[in-house]
Amino acid sequence: MSLIAIENVVAGYGGAPILNGVNIAIEQSDIGVIVGPNGAGKSTTLKAVFGLLKVSAGSIRFSGEEITNSLPDRLVPMGLSYVPQEKNVFTSLTVEENLEMGAFTRKDDFASTMNWVYDMFPVLREKRRQPAGELSGGQRQMVAMGRALMSQPRLLMLDEPSAGLSPRYVLEIFEQIVKVNKAGVAILMVEQNARQALALASKGFVLAGGQNRFTGTGAELLADPEVAKSFLGGESAA
Amino acid sequence: MNELIFFFNTVVISGLVLGSIYALGAIGITLIFGILRFAHFAHGDMMTMGGFISFLLAAAVTAAGITAPVATGFVVLPVAMVIAAVLALGIDKGFYAPLRARGARPVTLLIASIGVTLIIQGLIRLFFGSGSYTFFETEAKRLFRLEVPLPDVTRTINFTEPQLLMVVSTALVVVALHLFLTRSRLGKAMRAMSDNADLAQVSGINTKLVVRVTWIIAGSLACMAGTMLALDVSLKPDLAFNIVLPIFAAAIVGGLGQSYGAIAGGFLIGFAETLAIFNWSILLRPMRDALPFDLPNNLAVVPTEYKLTVAFVILVIVLLWRPTGIFRGAST
Repeated sequence: MSLIAIENVVAGYGGAPILNGVNIAIEQSDIGVIVGPNGAGKSTTLKAVFGLLKVSAGSIRFSGEEITNSLPDRLVPMGLSYVPQEKNVFTSLTVEENLEMGAFTRKDDFASTMNWVYDMFPVLREKRRQPAGELSGGQRQMVAMGRALMSQPRLLMLDEPSAGLSPRYVLEIFEQIVKVNKAGVAILMVEQNARQALALASKGFVLAGGQNRFTGTGAELLADPEVAKSFLGGESAA
Repeated sequence: MNELIFFFNTVVISGLVLGSIYALGAIGITLIFGILRFAHFAHGDMMTMGGFISFLLAAAVTAAGITAPVATGFVVLPVAMVIAAVLALGIDKGFYAPLRARGARPVTLLIASIGVTLIIQGLIRLFFGSGSYTFFETEAKRLFRLEVPLPDVTRTINFTEPQLLMVVSTALVVVALHLFLTRSRLGKAMRAMSDNADLAQVSGINTKLVVRVTWIIAGSLACMAGTMLALDVSLKPDLAFNIVLPIFAAAIVGGLGQSYGAIAGGFLIGFAETLAIFNWSILLRPMRDALPFDLPNNLAVVPTEYKLTVAFVILVIVLLWRPTGIFRGAST
């Protein structure tokens, strides 16, 4: 049984659907990467999972439980976390307060999780008393991921974690994502830096027009000349 | 020296009192704006309603023959604040929550709050008429006169018991609010939601609970401000409706959504008003012989009747200098 199984999902904002039957399955050990052209429905897929827009057909199950159209206050305690692409930190709250907000649904002591996050992103420990709004783009992205990890999720969904970052930070963020995954958290992310992201993906999904075009391991997709030509901008790197 | 004491009585004490009332009202307006993103026009009337709740409770307590060492209106205040908080929750559930559920825009909620203003004022007039009431029908309003131990000083520093209680309790509320917002999980969640409501929701923060807490704080502080104002002057159906505009000015000057801004804005406008209507001739009189001009009898910046304009002048100046308020609040 997959950790998350998105099956034939149709969803939109009331008008014509943006997703026309998307299928995604992720296991606990996976890093899943969704790539595709603008308007393919990549971010929309994550939002549909997180209950931020209406799913009109299909089903979403999380470790066997039906979660279609569930709201975040149910999903977060179940073990799902989501980092939006933009405005993903509380700018006027300190770094530490941002992390605390990620643990809002937890009733137990979360000090050890906070330490774990600080060990993963040591720069955040240094800046924990600073308002998150004063941090650089890359550091903010770490705060956003740290916040999402505070609920001890089993699945972390990231919407373009490398967007707007300098190449140095892109690499660093990807390294962190692999580290989080090694710690036992499944990852499902949307990425524009398709080649780099697929290189570390155990599952890759190419979406276009709200539907799956190609599905495979990251390596398979990178090696596929069709995928490379249509979606990765040029010849296969292999 | 006598002139300075007069200045202290009419500017500093009155400014503190006025500032406290404005600050308590502005905190509620700024919290509601921060969390629910609309200008709660009915806030003045929630203050008046709070004053009337305290008035009824005080009357009941007096009728029961209970007397207290401080003003009865102040003794019943905690109970009145609880009732006002419950009513505020009811008003939200009855009028604003259904609109939010349908995705109403802030301007729709603003118009709804004008409706709530009319409802509250109408209900108060229905039961109490349009006359004014005083908390000090059966008991005396205690007046404190502090002698100043300096030669040639005949004037005393004067203030009433309600004024003293008001300033002290406002200080306590400000400290309590600060601790709540910076130390408690729910207080931090309130700041988080005010900062970024969408992110608060995806973090799993119970946004409905935050909304309820906002109304509890706003409603109880409005009751406190209304009761204090009624204890200081008198109670009438349009008691706080008349000052809702300077209170809004205080919240905007401080930066909408910023609690500390609301407090600063409240005192800024309170002091600006008392300074503007102060007759500066009185301070200048001792040195009138040295002045190169004849001192007029009245040298106030604005006549008392135009006190209300001061708030707007401050508002315009602050917004020109810093468009989102002193504490950089929301711009919409």
